[in-house]
Amino acid sequence: MKEIEFQYQSDLHQEGEIPSDIRTEELTLNMGPQHPSTHGVLRVVLQTDGELVLQATPYVGYLHRCAEKIAEKVTYRQFTPYTDRLDYLAGMNNNLGFALAVEKLGGIEVPARAEYLRVIFAELNRIASHLVATGCYGLDMGAFTPFVYCFREREYVLDLFEAVCGARLTYSYITIGGVREDLPDGWIGRCREFLDYLGPKIAEYNNLLSYNHIFINRTGNVGVCPPDLALAYGLTGSCLRGSGVKWDLRKATPYCRYNEFDFDIPVGRGEKGTVGDCWDRYFVRIQEIGQSVRIIRQALDKLTEGPTQAKVPRAVKLPAGEIYYEVENPRGQLGFYLVSEGGTSPYRLKIRGPSFCNLSVLPVVARNCLLADVTALLGSLDIVMGEVDR
Amino acid sequence: MTPSEIIEVLKQHDGAGIVSAVADGLHPHVVVKMDRLPAIAALLQSDWRLRFDLLRCISAIDWPAKNSIELSYDVISTSFGHALAVKVLLDRANPQVESVSVVWPAAEWHEREAFDLMGVTFLHHPDLRRILLPEDWTDHPLRKDYPYPVAYKGLKLNP
Repeated sequence: MKEIEFQYQSDLHQEGEIPSDIRTEELTLNMGPQHPSTHGVLRVVLQTDGELVLQATPYVGYLHRCAEKIAEKVTYRQFTPYTDRLDYLAGMNNNLGFALAVEKLGGIEVPARAEYLRVIFAELNRIASHLVATGCYGLDMGAFTPFVYCFREREYVLDLFEAVCGARLTYSYITIGGVREDLPDGWIGRCREFLDYLGPKIAEYNNLLSYNHIFINRTGNVGVCPPDLALAYGLTGSCLRGSGVKWDLRKATPYCRYNEFDFDIPVGRGEKGTVGDCWDRYFVRIQEIGQSVRIIRQALDKLTEGPTQAKVPRAVKLPAGEIYYEVENPRGQLGFYLVSEGGTSPYRLKIRGPSFCNLSVLPVVARNCLLADVTALLGSLDIVMGEVDR
Repeated sequence: MTPSEIIEVLKQHDGAGIVSAVADGLHPHVVVKMDRLPAIAALLQSDWRLRFDLLRCISAIDWPAKNSIELSYDVISTSFGHALAVKVLLDRANPQVESVSVVWPAAEWHEREAFDLMGVTFLHHPDLRRILLPEDWTDHPLRKDYPYPVAYKGLKLNP
């Protein structure tokens, strides 16, 4: 019987034509600028090897309006509406940051009632902004229901804003020297009603999204940003706290009487994976909603009667000098570097947008992660392009 | 640490590199020599008493009257909570300075922004390109003598 000779050899290895470490062809993918999961007009060029992202390069600037140049041409009061349009999901907080920078440089004292009102509105806006972040993140991960729920709750906040200043997105309510108007009748009752309503909803979000098995699989252990990397790239806000760094300007350098309130700083603990993964960043936001509710309740209790506006001339004139002032926005630290030469408009106003810095970490974290995880990572960074591009 | 104590530490390490210091007021800062900036940045970041781990902002200011461009690096320490600004003054005709992105990678994008809008060149920067404006933009809008463009690619403003 003849023995069958069988020796298999792959075509590839004959005569050593092709090296053994075969590299598949790389594909350049363009994501955005019109892409639902880039949260605005962000373009990311992805260098991919199969499903793996080798390099992600963000291109920003599609919304650039050069707000810093505009600031040099308008008066201090006229610039307040422009700050609304930086981070358009947190107009109140932007107003507050700019107003504080101007007041500190001008030595303007704000009445107590206005300070508490500012805290209330800043925290309400933080809730609204985090609700958008949560809802949209669910949407990015393929869960549509939380989005609808979050926007339903956000609607109540917008109604409260509308009642007090008439606007639903660009408020210009917190002005230099205080707030624009006092509360209308019955507003405090409506606000308390909303807080009572929102409290139990957070548990609902947790059941619906946070502890959802599919959601955890998509976000846990994905896009891990270790604390030292987060600090090195200047991440702030919930992105930094998601990496386990307990740093919040409201505690570190309290402004607007934040030192009078009792609240905690939630940090990422790696509950569903590693510290600093997408789930941690997301969950810090959920917890911060609860903390904001606590702060607003205390502020409503402390709210005293009195004027809501300091005596500031219509044309605000600042002495020559400079200041760098930061406030804790929903997305991180919003900074205003204000240089005055003694006129009615700034000599130079530099704006530090938190989303700008938070986005700069994307190329580092997105390297060697899966293509689908870039969406998870981008959503968890929670950027607003109006602020990245300014 | 108070700003004056921080400045004292800096003076002990690199007294010759510091031009002037303002310890009080709303914006405590040190003005350092241009060539000493990377060393002082590294010192601020790594010294155990300072630990300035978070670079908040790099702002560029144009001073045509002084014929200089001023860069202000605002840093804060998340360990100690103290803050400081480091400033350098550059020649307005040829603003060039060493990049600090080795010390604080966050500087990468801030420096690109200063390059884009103010025209400051950062040496040894890993990727110095325009960031906010289109790549074919020719000037730096935040300069005080910036001529307002009347047209862009055939689109006319204020006809």
